Amino acid sequence: MPQHDTNALPTAQKRGFFQTLEIDLRLLGMVGAFVILCIGFDFATGGRFLTPRNIFNLTIQTVSVAIMATGMVFVIVTRHIDLSVGALLATCSAIMAMTQTQFLPQVLGLGFDHALTPWITIVIGVIAGTAIGAFHGFLVGYLTIPAFIVTLGGLLVWRNVAWYMTSGKTIGPLDTTFQKFGGINGTLGASGSWIVGALATAAALFGLLNARRNKLKHGFAVKPLWAEYVLGGIAASAILGFVATLNAYDVPTRKLQRLFDARGEVMPEGFTQSYGIPISVLVLIAIAIGMTILARRTRLGRYIFATGGNPDAAELSGINTRLLTVKIFALMGALCAISAIVASARLTNHSNDIGTLDELRVIAAAVIGGTALAGGVGTIHGAILGALIMQSLQSGMAMVGVDAPLQNIVVGAVLVLAVLIDIIYRKRTGGA
Amino acid sequence: MTTPLVEMRDICISFGGVHAVDHVSVDLHPGEVVGLLGHNGAGKSTLIKILSGAYQADSGEILINGEKVEIHNPRDARSHQIETIYQTLALADNLDAASNLFLGRELVTPFGLVDDDAMEAETRKIMARLNPNFQKFSEPVSALSGGQRQSVAIARAVYFNARILIMDEPTAALGPHETQMVAELIQQLKADGIGIFLISHDIHDVMELCDRASVMKNGKLVGVVDVDDVTDDDLLGMIILGKKPEGVDC
Repeated sequence: MPQHDTNALPTAQKRGFFQTLEIDLRLLGMVGAFVILCIGFDFATGGRFLTPRNIFNLTIQTVSVAIMATGMVFVIVTRHIDLSVGALLATCSAIMAMTQTQFLPQVLGLGFDHALTPWITIVIGVIAGTAIGAFHGFLVGYLTIPAFIVTLGGLLVWRNVAWYMTSGKTIGPLDTTFQKFGGINGTLGASGSWIVGALATAAALFGLLNARRNKLKHGFAVKPLWAEYVLGGIAASAILGFVATLNAYDVPTRKLQRLFDARGEVMPEGFTQSYGIPISVLVLIAIAIGMTILARRTRLGRYIFATGGNPDAAELSGINTRLLTVKIFALMGALCAISAIVASARLTNHSNDIGTLDELRVIAAAVIGGTALAGGVGTIHGAILGALIMQSLQSGMAMVGVDAPLQNIVVGAVLVLAVLIDIIYRKRTGGA
Repeated sequence: MTTPLVEMRDICISFGGVHAVDHVSVDLHPGEVVGLLGHNGAGKSTLIKILSGAYQADSGEILINGEKVEIHNPRDARSHQIETIYQTLALADNLDAASNLFLGRELVTPFGLVDDDAMEAETRKIMARLNPNFQKFSEPVSALSGGQRQSVAIARAVYFNARILIMDEPTAALGPHETQMVAELIQQLKADGIGIFLISHDIHDVMELCDRASVMKNGKLVGVVDVDDVTDDDLLGMIILGKKPEGVDC
C-alpha cells in the first residue's frame, strides 16, 4: 500500500480493494445497477423475475441485440454511427429465409430439411451482410459521406429490400436445424451445459494464470496472489452459477410427453429433462470472446481505438483509416447477419417487421455499456451488459404490468440518464 | 561534396489556388541539423509534411541518398526511415504510451496477436534513456503532462532507428528543463549521424541547435545560410522582410 494511504478513510480502502483486483469501477457500477434492477423486479413481481425460466428467456431475448451491440462498439469508437442495423438484419433474414425455403429446396431441388440447407443458408446470409456492410463502409470511408446519412438511407433501403424480396409475407417455417440457433429449440441439455461450463471455467483460470506469467516474465508488478484467487473464484462461480441456473429450467412435462409420444415410447414416471445453455447464447459468448480479442489483442483493434482517439494521429502513423472504416462496417454487417440467424430462428420464421427499431436498441446498449459517442472509448463486455440491462428493464416492466407506452418512456429516460451519469463519472475521475 | 541524405528539389504544392510551397529546394546531410524558419503560414510545415508523407507534392522530386523516391503516405516515409515529431504530437490520447510508441508497427506474438507486455518492456527501456522520470506506463497519454507527452512522441521517432528526423516545433510546449533535454537529445542524435530538420520560429533555438537555416516566406525559399555566418538580426530580416543578408552566400 502506498505511503499516503496510511490514514485513508474506509471508502478509500474499499477503492484500494477493487484497484488491487484491477476491476474497472465503471464496470462494477454497471453490474451493481443490473443486480439492483433484477432484485427490484424480483420483489415487484413477487419472485417471478429471478426464476430459472425467466432468466432463460431474458438470456435468449438479449442475444440478437447483444451480438449487434458488440459491432456497434467499433462503429461508435471510430466516431461513426450505424442506423441501418435493424434494417440490415431484416434483409439478411429475408435472404436467408428465401434461401432455405425457396431457393435450396425448390430451385436446387434439395428438398426441405436437407442436411446442408442451414449451413449454405448461413454462409449466404453472412456473405450478404458483410458485403452490404462493406458497401456502407466504402461510402463512408472512401466517398466521405457521413455515416449518419449513409446508414439513415440504408435504414430505408434495406428495410424495404427485405419487404420487396418477400412481398411483405411471413416466410416459414424455417429449416429445423436452422431453428436450433434461436434459443429454446436448440439447447445443450444438462450434461452438455456442465461440460461447457467446466471448459469455460478452466479457460478463465488458465487466462488469469497466463496473464500473470507474462507479466512476471517481463518483470512487471503483479497483483497479490490472494487477488488472483478472488478473481478466479468470482469467474468460476459466475460461470458455474449461470450454468446451474439454466440447467434448473426443466422442459415442461407435457412437451416431453409429446416428444415421447411422437417416438412411440412411454415416458418413464418422474422423468425430467433440463434445457441448459441455449446454442444462441454459445454463439453470443463466442462472438464476445472473439470481439474482445479483436479489440484488445490485434492490430485491427488497436487501430480502431487509435483512430477513434485521434484520427489524424492514426493517419500519420501510417494506418489506412479508409480501409479501416470499410472493415468496421463489414464486420458490423456480418454481425447483423448472425443476429438475423438468431432472431429469425427464435421466431421460427421470417416476418416483415423483424428487427424493427433494433438500431435504437443496439445503439442504446452500446452507449449504456460505456461506449463514448466522442470516440475512442468502449468495451465489448460493457455493450453486452448494456443490452442485458435494456432487455431486463423492458421485460421486467412488462411482468410488473407497466403499460407499453410507459415502458418505452422509461427506457428512453434511462438511456439519457445513463449517459449523464457516465459524463459525470468521467469528469470526476478525469478519464478521457 | 558528399551526397545529401535528403534532397527536396523544386517542390510545389498549392491548396485551392494558394501556392503554399512554391519551387522550394532544401537539402540535409548526415549528422546535420537544418532549421526551417518562417512566419506562420510561410509554408515550412507544409514542405515538411510532403517529406513525411502527409501531403503529396504537385511537382518536384525527393531524393534520398541521391536516389529518387516516391513518398505517397506516411508508411512510405517510414520505410525510408523518415520519422516525424509533429507539433501536435499526433498521439492517440486514449491509448497508453506503449501503444502510441508502436502505433502502426506493433510487436506481435507468434500467433499474430499484439504483444502488449513486450511493447511495454521496450517502452520502459527507451524511456529510461530519454526521460528517466517517466513512470505512467499503464495510463492513457491524456493523463500525462506536456513534457511527458513530448517524450512519448520523441521516443516514437527515435526508437525505430530513424536516419532522417523531422521535428516540428519540438520545444513549443515545453518548460526550460525539458527544452534542455530536447537540446541534449538533438546533439546525441547528430553524433549518431542522423539528419534533422528542425522547424521553429524561435531564432534563438535555431542559432543554438542548427548548422544551417533555410528561411521561407509566403511559400518561397528566401535563402539557406550557415548559422555561423549570420546574426540573429540577419535571420530576422530574412523572416520578416524576405531580405537576404549582404555578403553572405545563400
